Amino acid sequence: MDKKLVVSSSPHILIKESTPKIMYTVTASLIPAGIGAVYFFGIRALWIMLIGIVSAVITEFVIAKMLKKPVTVTDGSAVLTGLLLSYNVSVQVPLWMPAVGAFFGIAVGKMVFGGLGYNPMNPALLGRAFLLASWPAKMTVFDKAVPQGGTVSGIDMMTSATPLNVYKSSHEILANSSQYSIEKVQQANEALGKLYDSIEGLFWGKIGGCIGETSAALLLLGAAFLMYKRYIGWKIPFFYIGTVAVLSWIFGAPDSYFGGNVLFALFSGGLILGAFYMATDMVTSPVTFRGRIYFGIGCGVITFIIRRYGGYPEGVSYSILLMNLVAPLLDRYTQPKIFGGRKKK
Amino acid sequence: MLRKKTFTGGVHPPEFKSEGEKKKVETCPAPKTAIIPVSQHIGAPAQPVVERGDTVKIGDVVAKAGGFVSAPVHATISGKVKKIEKRPHPLGQNVLSVIIENDQADEWNPDIQFDEQYEKQSTAEMIQRISAAGLAGMGGATFPTHVKVKPPDNKKIDTVILNGAECEPFLTADHRLMLEEPERVLKGLQLIMRILGAQTGLIGIENNKPDAVRVMKAKVNELGLPYKVTSLPVKYPQGAEKQLIKALKNRKVPAGGLPMDVGCVVQNVGTAAAVYDAIAYKKPLIERIVSVAGPAIKEPKNLLVRIGTPFAEVLECCGGPTEEMGKLIMGGPMMGLAQYTLDAPVIKGTSGLIAMKETQSFRPPETVCISCAHCVDVCPMGLVPKALGQFVKHERYNDAKSYHILDCIECGSCSYVCPAHINLVHLVKFGKLKVIEQQKKAG
Ligand code: SF4
Ligand code: SF4
Repeated sequence: MDKKLVVSSSPHILIKESTPKIMYTVTASLIPAGIGAVYFFGIRALWIMLIGIVSAVITEFVIAKMLKKPVTVTDGSAVLTGLLLSYNVSVQVPLWMPAVGAFFGIAVGKMVFGGLGYNPMNPALLGRAFLLASWPAKMTVFDKAVPQGGTVSGIDMMTSATPLNVYKSSHEILANSSQYSIEKVQQANEALGKLYDSIEGLFWGKIGGCIGETSAALLLLGAAFLMYKRYIGWKIPFFYIGTVAVLSWIFGAPDSYFGGNVLFALFSGGLILGAFYMATDMVTSPVTFRGRIYFGIGCGVITFIIRRYGGYPEGVSYSILLMNLVAPLLDRYTQPKIFGGRKKK
Repeated sequence: MLRKKTFTGGVHPPEFKSEGEKKKVETCPAPKTAIIPVSQHIGAPAQPVVERGDTVKIGDVVAKAGGFVSAPVHATISGKVKKIEKRPHPLGQNVLSVIIENDQADEWNPDIQFDEQYEKQSTAEMIQRISAAGLAGMGGATFPTHVKVKPPDNKKIDTVILNGAECEPFLTADHRLMLEEPERVLKGLQLIMRILGAQTGLIGIENNKPDAVRVMKAKVNELGLPYKVTSLPVKYPQGAEKQLIKALKNRKVPAGGLPMDVGCVVQNVGTAAAVYDAIAYKKPLIERIVSVAGPAIKEPKNLLVRIGTPFAEVLECCGGPTEEMGKLIMGGPMMGLAQYTLDAPVIKGTSGLIAMKETQSFRPPETVCISCAHCVDVCPMGLVPKALGQFVKHERYNDAKSYHILDCIECGSCSYVCPAHINLVHLVKFGKLKVIEQQKKAG
């Protein structure tokens, strides 16, 4: 027998995992929410998703070619970025917007840094942030983003129909009730009451909002699958959502402490999508045990502050982007305790 | 107390043991020519004491220990010393080896006989017999056994742990030994404990070997011994010394320390059996059980093989490798070494020979790290393999050191799980060498 034997270093067996397998599985787990979105918002949602995906893939392919880098566009990460971006816009945005957002996210958020694995921030969120900063008016139009079956709020007095918008403006009114007419204050009170009465609707998706944000139930379904596959851990979502819940309970009511409506805070807006799908993005979140806990808490605190005190009704994207930037630091200062080791001096 | 008997981290590779574990140990015919390397253990190589043309019997010393941390090697067949020259060694490189031609007489050194007084021997004599028998850890680490049973005076050992975990996929040699010769194993443990003055004897076996747990427990009862046989969850690397001590005794060996720092000595079950042979029969380590397995082997077997038998002959005894063989691993697939020639011989630490198909022999190409943290989650030592790998790639050895690179036990769990197929343990091993080199230079 004179055949050459392969000499390579151990280990000689490998788990059956790969980056593409992870990326496509995460993408697949988002499909239920995508189908939900088409059901709620109509076929236009599908076009937006497809435009986001195609634009992300083309951008990555062309830039890799231009930079003469190996083209790894088939690894699925661009598809995922495009899809997540489209989940983060209103169904009413002009069709060129998801294309521009995906282009920006991939080009500036990812390829500039050297491609997948080197990007400091979540490219989909960066694309969204770019759109929001450049065309704020177009990005925040939700008046016709009313799901099949009506919104839970059923409110048209406000300029837009996302529950968080209603929540924010009602709060504003109630907190400064002296400056508004009695009628207005009453309306605001009613609006809040209606919102709180219909948490169940929020959970199943009867809310206005971005394409992928609406149905918490469908998102959780996909997330549960990913957790089972261990593609996402429990720590970041748990501490993220937990922090928002606790803070909303303590500080969430307009005029008293410990009276906030927790379920409303959890199921309105993009918290579920953000906590399970974007904060957990592998590349841009910490790798250590404690790092992931702090990361989750940090996202939660910033989200709450933006929602409650900031200029936007929603703070999920910005809080994750900000925490992305500190993820490497968190990793650095939360090295695990080594086996048999004393705490480092 | 419901403490889970395990350690944190670890992986669950497929076991591939179903075929081998049912096969009784068979004897592999003695080789026509035995190749006996003078270095089969950690420590100084042995020095040849025979010359070309000498006649040797089985069990004769052919090379004496080259220092305290060293072990003699013995003739494993009877015949003529044909040559003393460098030959391929399973650990790579060519190593000085004593080549003996078999006269087929199978004549043993007459001193190797049962000593009825063996239990009454002094500890010093027992250690002397272990040392003379050339014992070295048979789980694969091959640390000379007489050194391990003679800790410095200030280290008090209260517990001896027998390692029957056999957590590497494919390997079934220890499993079979426990099933077929539990008494030798237990008597060996008894002797080791007597030498060390230890009171507690523990035997850890992964619970994928319920029959071995049963047999060992029954034997412990039958002999009226106070040992505890524990069935451990199946998880790689359960059989690593520090992880085993944590699982069985809930003691943590301090970072950079040795098991004796927490009053423990860990021995492989095969080594224990060999200790018994060495003390009761003055029998040197001339043969061992080797699991021959893998998808590219015609008939997987557990073989009792003379040390010095070339791999080719061992494989032949199992019907030979199939056409598809692309890789031969000595040891298990997680930590074993890929061989470049079938001419290399079985040595004291050869726990298995695993033949892989060519299609399974290549690592998929490496892609970039996606920070999935899987390597961090599985590292049984609590390291951040991802960071270590990056430091080594960028030659930042000081950073690697401050991230505790030297504490890596080279188990390979990190490389096993990495979805980007980065061979982290390979980088880490390289980095460790560099760090140690730098430390030496710095004095
Ligand atoms: S870094 Fe070392 S100890 Fe940790 S998993 Fe990798 S090989 Fe094992
Ligand atoms: S397992 Fe591989 S891809 Fe994942 S963090 Fe570790 S090195 Fe990176």
